Amino acid sequence: MVRCMACDLLKEKFPEAVRGVEEFRGETTVTVDKGQLRAVLKFLKESETLLYDLLVDVAGVDSGSGSPRFKVVYLLHSMKFNHRLRIATGVAEDAELDTVSDIWKAADWLEREVYDMFGIRFSDHPDLRRILLTDDFVGYPLRKDFPLKGVDFDKPFPVCLEEEKGNQVDA
Amino acid sequence: MGVANTAEASLQEVINWARKNSVWPVTFGLACCALEMMVASSATYDIARFGAEVFRPSPRQADLMIVAGTVTKKMAPMLKRIYEQMPEPKWVIAYGSCASSGGIFQTYGVVQGVDQIIPVDVYVPGCPPRPEGLLKGLISLQEKIAREPSGMRKIVSLPWRSNG
Repeated sequence: MVRCMACDLLKEKFPEAVRGVEEFRGETTVTVDKGQLRAVLKFLKESETLLYDLLVDVAGVDSGSGSPRFKVVYLLHSMKFNHRLRIATGVAEDAELDTVSDIWKAADWLEREVYDMFGIRFSDHPDLRRILLTDDFVGYPLRKDFPLKGVDFDKPFPVCLEEEKGNQVDA
Repeated sequence: MGVANTAEASLQEVINWARKNSVWPVTFGLACCALEMMVASSATYDIARFGAEVFRPSPRQADLMIVAGTVTKKMAPMLKRIYEQMPEPKWVIAYGSCASSGGIFQTYGVVQGVDQIIPVDVYVPGCPPRPEGLLKGLISLQEKIAREPSGMRKIVSLPWRSNG
């Protein structure tokens, strides 16, 4: 088994935040407490011995049922040591998660994507709105209870441009 | 009167001939179909043989919009704006099954056919269609342009007609 220096350091520094460490085919996943997530991630980035300076991706997971319903997963990479680490945290349906967009600039759009697809809100995010779908879209498509094709996907889709609105004649 | 009509019809024929042999497309690709569109302008397929090799970077100088690829609902307003910015006369080819009907993407994020947003002249089936498909679509469009009657287009028509 590969020794995970980050896991040891995390357990030492945040003993009550680390909920579990999983190892699968050389990939390490650390489950952390939601409340301490920001502190843990900030430590992982800024610690001289770890230096996880690249946030590769932020992903959402919907387990459908279960408690907490959602999981948010952060994929970290250390450019200097070429180490990778996966940090996961559970989020309840109506709970908010602290943003890390001030720690990694990349988190800005990644968190918007998670919000767009799962409806998980990030507190103190500078600009939390939909990123892939149209602003007036209703629902969160990657949730388990969202219909696969969406609602009324095949209904006509009229487009009215901003500059056209003045030209319309009232019926 | 008969002579004038004949002269007008002949002039319209000349105009149609000129238009159909210099259809300039706007540089506009949305997905994998755009790659086939690019290949159509390569030496092997040579869309220049039909006078349509001048892909214009600005819609203001283009006559033809080849909607090559999946039209997402997020992209739809931009696509319509580009179409509106093109001067008359203008034509549209829906290239590939996504642009024609949404294709395999029967889903919430994709417009089910670009004809919901803008009028389409020629549909080219395929996923993606081969470059020959685009050439066939272009030839079909040229045949359509050649049949356009005098005064069909309001904005550009013969100067002595009152509808201009």
